[in-house]
Amino acid sequence: MTGAEPAQPVLRLTDITKRFGSVTANEAITFDLARGEVIALLGENGAGKTTLMNILFGQYTADTGEVEIFGKPMPPGNPRAALDAGVGMVHQHFTLAGNLTVWENIVLGAQSLAAMSLKPAAVKARIRALAEQFHLDVDPDARVGRLTVGERQRVEILKALYRDARILILDEPTAVLTPQEADALFATLREAVDLGLSIIFISHKLHEVLAISDRVLVLRHGRLVAERKTGATSREELAALMVGSEVSAPEFVAQSPGAPLLSLRDVSTEAAGTATALNRVTLDLCAGQIVGLAGVSGNGQGALSDLVSGLISPSNGEMRVLDASIDGWSPRRAIAKGIARIPEDRHKTGTIADFDLTENAILETYATEFARRGWMDWRRARAHAESLIDTYDIRCPGPDVRIRLLSGGNMQKLILGRVLETGPRIILANQPVRGLDIGAVNYVHSRLSDARADGAAILLISEDLDEIMRLSDVIHVISKGRLSPPFARGTMRAQDLGVWMAGHGFEDIANAS
Amino acid sequence: MDILDILLSASFWAAAIRIASPLIFATMGELICERAGVLNLGIEGIMVAGAFAGWIAVWAGLPLWGGVAVAMLVGMGFGLIHSILSVPFGLSQHVVGVGLTLLATALTFYTYRVVLPEVSSPPKIQAFQVYEVPFLSELPLIGPALFSQTPLTYAAFILAGLTAYVLYRTPLGLAVRAAGENPSAVAAQGLSVTAVRMGAVIVGSGFMAVGGAFLTMSAFDSFFFDMVNGRGWICIALVVFGAWRPGKALLGAVLFAAFDAFQIRLQQTPIGAVLPYQVFLMMPYFLSILALVVMSRRAEVPAALMVAFNKGER
Repeated sequence: MTGAEPAQPVLRLTDITKRFGSVTANEAITFDLARGEVIALLGENGAGKTTLMNILFGQYTADTGEVEIFGKPMPPGNPRAALDAGVGMVHQHFTLAGNLTVWENIVLGAQSLAAMSLKPAAVKARIRALAEQFHLDVDPDARVGRLTVGERQRVEILKALYRDARILILDEPTAVLTPQEADALFATLREAVDLGLSIIFISHKLHEVLAISDRVLVLRHGRLVAERKTGATSREELAALMVGSEVSAPEFVAQSPGAPLLSLRDVSTEAAGTATALNRVTLDLCAGQIVGLAGVSGNGQGALSDLVSGLISPSNGEMRVLDASIDGWSPRRAIAKGIARIPEDRHKTGTIADFDLTENAILETYATEFARRGWMDWRRARAHAESLIDTYDIRCPGPDVRIRLLSGGNMQKLILGRVLETGPRIILANQPVRGLDIGAVNYVHSRLSDARADGAAILLISEDLDEIMRLSDVIHVISKGRLSPPFARGTMRAQDLGVWMAGHGFEDIANAS
Repeated sequence: MDILDILLSASFWAAAIRIASPLIFATMGELICERAGVLNLGIEGIMVAGAFAGWIAVWAGLPLWGGVAVAMLVGMGFGLIHSILSVPFGLSQHVVGVGLTLLATALTFYTYRVVLPEVSSPPKIQAFQVYEVPFLSELPLIGPALFSQTPLTYAAFILAGLTAYVLYRTPLGLAVRAAGENPSAVAAQGLSVTAVRMGAVIVGSGFMAVGGAFLTMSAFDSFFFDMVNGRGWICIALVVFGAWRPGKALLGAVLFAAFDAFQIRLQQTPIGAVLPYQVFLMMPYFLSILALVVMSRRAEVPAALMVAFNKGER
């Protein structure tokens, strides 16, 4: 924004305080938002960002303080009033009904319930016009359940625009997006700003905040600790403000690799459903080495991850683990071979939400380590969980708490502890830091660094190129199920990898061989 | 060919449509509840209560349509109980539903004995009479089957059409469907999930009760204890069979009723002399299970069916 004071803020929060029991989620927060301005609300998980936005949107009632939209005070605890005043919120967890079409989702709640008709033709025409204006490409008649995550987000944004939102709140909008989709989102947001919309962008990803915002508000432990013009701050300063101290990321110094522990030679897999299968993949995971797998999501990462986990077997080619050809490959075999698995989705496949920490801690080893003559040894299991809580710094009330109640970072620490405690030879780390805050990211990375120093072979799958390039000793790019040749650390720039990620270069190898 | 004769006779199809009518009312009621995300296992008991309430109201002097209204109100009352327990309190819908069926059935029998303490056989009322739709009832086969029925049967078919229209063509229906798919989508638009779901359960329960009343006020002219005889449970299956769509559910109800009418007639043919009659009684249920297996493999269950919604919970 320019230095001139805007005539009237579109939104003003004054002295907002909200407590949940003894926890203060927001304390005396005051800020305002100008027309055409993008504010980034930055903070670690649990800093109070989402609570604040839920108050603004009327989903929670603040203990004290006032929300004013276009100069009009909002009645507390009434989302309807906020919607009518022109606030549109794109929630982190989408609020869409999968069995309904795009246009039905968009029009839900926008018409009077007493109306006798939905007027689908008019609704769809308006959606098409908005979609064109903001370059949000979606088919109004498509079922939402069949859309990709990126498309669903576009539907959410259209939903807000359809109601003539003048203020858009986006809660962690890129957490579920591929880099490409995130870029497209940013382009849309810039267009919205040009049309005079104001945006509040909630995130804990610094590079996004720097790329999109005019002003950054940093929240820590429920307090507004700093406010910076985006042009006058830096990544380092914001990181320090967010965490409250200097942050240091673990270093990965080069070391010479050992013998290959897992190798694939010309391995292909059967296609399952819409997932991309592997196509003649050759790969070596060597002791003391991190192999990074870069690529746009959905290009076969899932198949490779499933293959290493034991969920699927090769249909062609040879797979050797610890110098033995595999046969009867299964998750149980994989665990027995000492393959540690950090799954992509810690909620769905990494943990069982309503099991407690103890039970989740022994999911892989309950039958071998914690059972005696067919009976569970709960005392030992509990002691094991307690030791993991200590060693891996899992912040929780105790081993008896359901894992659903833990934050993503603490959940991931438990998974790390579960698989690393056994001293694995091979580690599959699939999106190990997705959705985590800086502190947790550094923690996970330093544990992987330790495992590497101890001689484990690590396969790192990530959509974050920065992460891949910083951690990996060797990088492969995956595209349409094919694997690029290995690139050693430091030999490739991000742009070079991007060319491979777009699917170029693979033909040349095929011709050469 | 005996079987072909049965299938081509107008009286067979007239019977099928008649048998289908109470099922259509109750199936639409159940479908509305489930589309909003609430499984209503109170259906069997609500039908019993509706059958009794409509009949006793007419016996006490109300006109026939007044009896239907009383049945509907009684059903809505039970729906209110179900919805309070299952929606804002979020109790197990299985337990609430089965409990409600027991409560409604027992309460009906109790009321019956209080109102008619000393009768050995229940009194009869003047039930709905057949209304021949001008011209249409003279069409061959279709005429006697579809257009020589009682007004309550016509009402059942109109209700099915109305249910489909409201669910798919109006903002209210969209809110009901969304509440059964993803209640947080409804809440995020500032609508009350509780109100939408409770409303659907109450209205749906009202239609179930009318389905019960059809038995005492149109199919027969009196009330018997085991009259409903599992029809409520059949309707639960019909909703699944219809993949939660009113049109397909209507078709399912007619199909089931046709099986039922068919087996009665089949018993009177030479085949009936060979096989024990229980085999015939079993047939509609057996065929329903078969049809269910074939038809509902790809049905999309409302995603939030039986999932309680608590605002503010993750």
